[in-house]
Amino acid sequence: MANLFMSQLQDSLVELIRRTSAEIPDDVHQAILTSLENEKQGTIAANAFKIIDQNIALARQKSQPICQDTGSILFYVDGPIGYDQVTFAETAREAVTLATKKGFLRQNSVDSLTGKNDGTNVGPGAPAFHFHQHRSPEISVRLVLKGGGCENVGAQYSLPDDTLQANRDLDGCRKAILDAVLQAQGKGCGPGILGVCIGGDRATGYELSKTQFLRRLEDRNPEPKLDALEQDILKTANELGIGPMGFGGKTTLLGVKICTANRVPASYFVSISYMCWAYRRQGVTLDGQEQIKGWLY
Amino acid sequence: MTKLSFPFTEEKIRALHVGNEVLISGVIHTGRDAVHKYLHEGGQLPPGVSFRDGILYHCGPVVMKQEDGSWKATAAGPTTSIREEPYQWQVIRDFGLRGVIGKGGMGEKTLAACREYGCVYLHAIGGAAQVLAERIQRVRNVYLIEKFGAPEAIWEFEVEDFPAVVTMDAHGKSLHAEILASSKAALAARL
Repeated sequence: MANLFMSQLQDSLVELIRRTSAEIPDDVHQAILTSLENEKQGTIAANAFKIIDQNIALARQKSQPICQDTGSILFYVDGPIGYDQVTFAETAREAVTLATKKGFLRQNSVDSLTGKNDGTNVGPGAPAFHFHQHRSPEISVRLVLKGGGCENVGAQYSLPDDTLQANRDLDGCRKAILDAVLQAQGKGCGPGILGVCIGGDRATGYELSKTQFLRRLEDRNPEPKLDALEQDILKTANELGIGPMGFGGKTTLLGVKICTANRVPASYFVSISYMCWAYRRQGVTLDGQEQIKGWLY
Repeated sequence: MTKLSFPFTEEKIRALHVGNEVLISGVIHTGRDAVHKYLHEGGQLPPGVSFRDGILYHCGPVVMKQEDGSWKATAAGPTTSIREEPYQWQVIRDFGLRGVIGKGGMGEKTLAACREYGCVYLHAIGGAAQVLAERIQRVRNVYLIEKFGAPEAIWEFEVEDFPAVVTMDAHGKSLHAEILASSKAALAARL
């Protein structure tokens, strides 16, 4: 990447951050509106959805964060072989600091040893980058802002699990995933969206579970067994009566997305990441001058 | 909708029940993880801050300094309250709190303190940072910002018609305990 385009890349990334923080993607908004219609009018669940809907409109109108917890900053970058990842990461860190000064992000990054928050949102591991190379010339940057409340209710199960009577099969996975929904109650700002990885190691399992948040809510899993599991968990979770914020109600989850990864024979992990209703995910394609060419969601 | 205005006296608080939707007006303070740990370890509230007949908001807001030097809260929804469960009962007892605003609910120790000392848990809508920031009329002051950083500082807000739902009352009732029990039974029937 020629230095010539670094300032353009910074502008593009600040705009990506702004829009991700302030504007909920259409697929998520649609699912929230459908949930609002399904709740009985006058209940605290229906009123919670109304406030959520007002909040979505207000954040967009004011270009301010949907939620004050602007979360872990996760970049997923796909580019051609030879795309300069070092310069990209440097520029993205600057863009994050600038977006924080502009109030699109909260001062949200704390040194785990000293407890200091230097207000930049940049430090070891923050923001996080996931780079992938491909053989096409296209550059795409996806961004997920994942708040701490929902991150804290994520869970990783190691099967078999005697307490849950969960064996090493899809039924065992189902028990683990539904247990995570039960344990989360309203603490993850439901209605939530689950990203799940069956298999992998402890690190890759969680990492891949989060890539499921890059999928659109309405898409269907091409693997029929996983598709069936996704639909079953969505339906079952919504029969539990946990509802928005754990107030009780008909919508506990807005979506379930599941992938698999190979595992070693000794391990069988089910890694579950929970995304709050304030599902901040956006993406752009960039042109040769690092300008935004199109929006992905 | 029940209007709830400062001072939040014990009488007003004991009149509330689980499921009541309230609109809160008056002065409230924020305090979250660092503040609770600090008070638990014997830290004192800074001069000028009193929680007596007050409400503590579990919130780490985005607050922007304006050109005239004043502060403006631009995003201010609740954070998850259960992390304060080890400390909350003590803060209620020692500092005279009448209400705690947060999200996700709290546990048995807090519920017992609510009953004993006359306090309620007020559930705000998690993630609704813009709707809730609009109800903050003024940022009156900030304390301990150097020590804890902006999200963890004690912010003094003047709010008007701030919406919340009583999910734990001063009579020993918790919506969270009820939903946990009913959802657990519903799940058991579906495994």
